[in-house]
Amino acid sequence: MKKELLSILKNNCRLSVEEMAVMLGTTSDEVKNAMKELDEKGIILAYNALIDWEKLDDQYVTAYIEVKVTPQRGQGFDKVAERIYKYPQVTACSLVSGGFDLFVVVEGRTMKEVALFVAEKLAPIDSVMSCATHFVLKKYKDSGVIFNKTYVDDREAVVL
Amino acid sequence: MNIKKMVKKNILETPPSGIRKYFDMVNEMEDVISLGIGEPDFETPWTIREEGIYSLEKGKTHYSSNAGFIELRQEISNYMNNRFGLKYDPKDEILVTVGGSEAIDIAIRTFAGPGDEVIVPEPSFVAYKGCVMFAGATPVTIELEAEDRFKLKPEQIINAITDKTKAIIIGYPNNPTGATMDYEDYKAIVEVLKDKDIIVISDELYAELTYEGVHVSIAQFPEMKDKTIVINGFSKAFAMTGWRIGYACGHADALDQMKKIHQYAIMCSPTTAQYAAIEALKNGEPEIRRMKEEYNRRRLVMVDGFRKIGLNCFEPVGAFYVFPDISVSGLVSDEFCERLLMQERVLMVPGNAFGACGEGFVRATYATSIDNIREALVRIRRFLESL
Repeated sequence: MKKELLSILKNNCRLSVEEMAVMLGTTSDEVKNAMKELDEKGIILAYNALIDWEKLDDQYVTAYIEVKVTPQRGQGFDKVAERIYKYPQVTACSLVSGGFDLFVVVEGRTMKEVALFVAEKLAPIDSVMSCATHFVLKKYKDSGVIFNKTYVDDREAVVL
Repeated sequence: MNIKKMVKKNILETPPSGIRKYFDMVNEMEDVISLGIGEPDFETPWTIREEGIYSLEKGKTHYSSNAGFIELRQEISNYMNNRFGLKYDPKDEILVTVGGSEAIDIAIRTFAGPGDEVIVPEPSFVAYKGCVMFAGATPVTIELEAEDRFKLKPEQIINAITDKTKAIIIGYPNNPTGATMDYEDYKAIVEVLKDKDIIVISDELYAELTYEGVHVSIAQFPEMKDKTIVINGFSKAFAMTGWRIGYACGHADALDQMKKIHQYAIMCSPTTAQYAAIEALKNGEPEIRRMKEEYNRRRLVMVDGFRKIGLNCFEPVGAFYVFPDISVSGLVSDEFCERLLMQERVLMVPGNAFGACGEGFVRATYATSIDNIREALVRIRRFLESL
């Protein structure tokens, strides 16, 4: 049931506990308990809204940054990753395979702000060898959701 | 010239579908929540659409062989075998048609004509009866009962059979009731049908949308396989309604004859749709599963919702319809639907559109978003309270 619950929440975390209970063929209390347990165990980390900032007037930029790092003896990449992800500007940070080591997502109000953050904070970190910053120009899809696609129910009346 | 006087009697006498009127009303209104449309709200999965597009880009715009591309028939053969344990030779036991609808029509026309009777259990898909009448044959109705969970019972068939009976049309998972038949249910009616010279036309378009247990086909009974035409397609399971592609499987002697009508009336199914259908069978399974999962969640919410607001409904475990009993409202189906639409702007289809015995019920589809379902339930409750 927990797996099914997670799959429901992943799609839509705004369903009521009662609705989820009906979908799962169980009681509201069971669902509440399961969610509490998933929260406590750190399996569910957050219930976030996916926002298309483009639709607002506020300036807002995202950059994907490829970071090359010299791993430290005994600590690998974890220590330097920690130094990076602790900045609130960093919204995501992963260790990846391939031509670089850390994939870092930085958000800010302007390109200059993000660029300065990279230059002043990221790049100078001891074991960081290089940073390649890619500004996002247009977001097509994120978290399984296509941007700028409004669903219009244009199914025509058919006799069946 | 009075054109109407020129029209064949059996066409004139066939009434148009009763559903139409409501859709015409809806077109004049705003903010209507439609629980009326009997087709998936999902778009065709992209991998399938992409193959259709690619076939056009490559200039694959010609006819296929009449029965459909052999590659598609091979895929259908594999699918029927893997999914339902039914073996059909792609060479001469599978015919690709323009939706399941064409398959239903040509199966009826192949076996029944003037003087023949075709058994049509109701409530059921509106086209069955019409096709029987166009063929010049006489539909003999069986009235399915809510207390039987709208399953077909052996006694009902026995009572309907005469020496004129040529065929029976069975459609499970059922539109409009959402009912299914399990192995035991079929076993009981197979006992009646196995020794009779009666063709079974088994419409299994909703087979993939079976939420409890597994889908059973009457053709899985060895004594029934040769005299059953199994009809399936891509519209419901793969959300491919507009592509118009389905198929019929059956004994080569039956298919050879059906193929003649298909040949002369249709030539072949749209080839873009055939290319897309090949991809659907090869790689569409995860998407089928995803959509089915979503339908199932909505189904549970809708059934629970209807029950909570006082509309009795049996648990539908197939297709994407719920068929609640509206007798508590004191209204007949037609009046219920019309007033609900005018007062609260929710569209459902009166049960009697699917046969006289559907009176006292309405059909609601959960092929719509959970938000729509939630809002519709609020409005229907308000409507019931206003009565």
